[in-house]
Amino acid sequence: MSGLKVLRIGPLASIQDQGRPGQLQQGVSCGGAADLLALAEGAALLRQDAHLAALEMAGIGGLFEATGPLRIALTGAPMQASLDGESLAWNASHQVQAGQKLEIGAARKGLYGYLHLGGGIASEVLLGARAVHVMSGLGSPVAVGDLLPCGADRGREVGLGLVAEDRFQGGALRIVEGFQSDLFTAEVRARFADTAFKRGSRANRMGVEMISDGAGFSAAGQLNILSEVILPGDVQMTGDGKPFVLLREAQTTGGYPRIGTVLPCDLSKVAQAQAGMDLQFVWVTLDEGLAIQARHDAMVKALPSACKPLLRDPAMMQDLLSFQLVSGVVSAEADPFESGDIT
Amino acid sequence: MTQSTSRFPIIRTAGLDGMLVTFSDALSESSNRATLAFGAAVKASGWSGVAEVSTSLASVFLRFDRTVLRHEALETLLWELLEQQDWQQAALPGGRRLWRVPTVFGTDLAPQLSEAADAAGMSETQAIESLGSARVRVLTIGFAPGQPYLGPLGAEWNLPRQTELTPQVPTGALVLAISQFVLFATTAPTGWRHVGQTGFRGFQLGRPEPIALRPGDEMIFTPVSRSDYDRFCLEDSHFGGASHEEIPA
Repeated sequence: MSGLKVLRIGPLASIQDQGRPGQLQQGVSCGGAADLLALAEGAALLRQDAHLAALEMAGIGGLFEATGPLRIALTGAPMQASLDGESLAWNASHQVQAGQKLEIGAARKGLYGYLHLGGGIASEVLLGARAVHVMSGLGSPVAVGDLLPCGADRGREVGLGLVAEDRFQGGALRIVEGFQSDLFTAEVRARFADTAFKRGSRANRMGVEMISDGAGFSAAGQLNILSEVILPGDVQMTGDGKPFVLLREAQTTGGYPRIGTVLPCDLSKVAQAQAGMDLQFVWVTLDEGLAIQARHDAMVKALPSACKPLLRDPAMMQDLLSFQLVSGVVSAEADPFESGDIT
Repeated sequence: MTQSTSRFPIIRTAGLDGMLVTFSDALSESSNRATLAFGAAVKASGWSGVAEVSTSLASVFLRFDRTVLRHEALETLLWELLEQQDWQQAALPGGRRLWRVPTVFGTDLAPQLSEAADAAGMSETQAIESLGSARVRVLTIGFAPGQPYLGPLGAEWNLPRQTELTPQVPTGALVLAISQFVLFATTAPTGWRHVGQTGFRGFQLGRPEPIALRPGDEMIFTPVSRSDYDRFCLEDSHFGGASHEEIPA
């Protein structure tokens, strides 16, 4: 079985997939990749299923040696990457030969970079998924000496690239009201949207702290609220009224009140914001939120057709005749990039 | 959708694809009974597009596929089901079990018993008598895999959470606050008071049933001596000598 042997690795690198939806009743939160869009991009670049597992790297990559031929793709926070010293394009798929060394450095922007293998990473399935969830006792971070084994890879194609949505600079987070919003007065909710936040330094895969000047955001009867289901994207106020945006690895229940829920399509932006980055919340109605998310879902669905062969200078290509220069595959799907409507 | 919370049950949205049916804003035996029964009834309905149903202390959460089921349509289905009976009087779900769990109260294994007893206005002996004879129900499983919230305990145990977090309690710790126990399924920090220690593992990866408890199960934490506790843990590394029996429907 081909795979990547881990020779060096940053802290908190872990195998992630789309997590474990459907087990809230047992106290198991969904978990999964911090940047789900990056998972979909990697799957599109390798022409494979978006449910396969990839390596999530937090801020810094590692050094890997291929134990056999394999395909890779690189997505998420752009990081320095090279294969046997030759630099590799990010947001692209590449062929790796047995014995070659893949080196991935620090993130140039954003936080979470992803290394995808053709066939996915075939690590152990725990409670129905491969996603590591350390707090829940499911798996552990990747360590030196580990092998990341490839699953069966039916694909051959490499050398595809993708113009990725830039979600690494902070910005506006669209948020809908939920079942605890009216515990906060209309004035507090309005002030919340008028406040300039920065991503704080307290952040992990469970949630991200938002800091601002001025008063906190507290709810009526804040200390007597019954513990209630928690959803990824919920903005929870701690005892001193400081907001945390909860990510996919949030606990399943909690007693601190939630002012609203950030749209799923904007959660990658939260996860990828580096400390100190500017973020602000924009209230949208449920109908607006549903429409925005539907456009995002359509964009994700169209990702495979948005992947194009990487542009190379033909003068530099010694093996020009071996390349298939015209792809015969044209998607019937509308291309959302053409409409400019990439929400 | 924002609605008045003065009348229960109420139906509200949760995120883009969630709906929450709430029976009360305070914990009570009848609202938890309603929650468990209504959650079971929603699951049994098998509505197309419903992806997940889970219950917490006094509410039922549904996650659904918004391309299959519209918010308005789901809300109508839920109201129709709510009107079918008085859910506060509903029978508890079938297949429940009563667990008896050997427990050391106090000592260095559970160092906050005396503090909790003081706060409840009891001696340690009275506290062990009270807590060790209480028969509590799994109200919900949450926070971490397999971790139950248990209750309700009597009003004398309506103790506030600590202001400071205890940095870590071990797996099997029985902690107490706001008339409830939590039986830790993992090691974690907590703002609740550590009053008892058990050898019970609520979450064991690799077993046929990794999550031992189900909402509606009941538990009694039987006081045992330290030496009996050690022996139970040695003989039964999974459940520390806990036994269980079916509760007749």
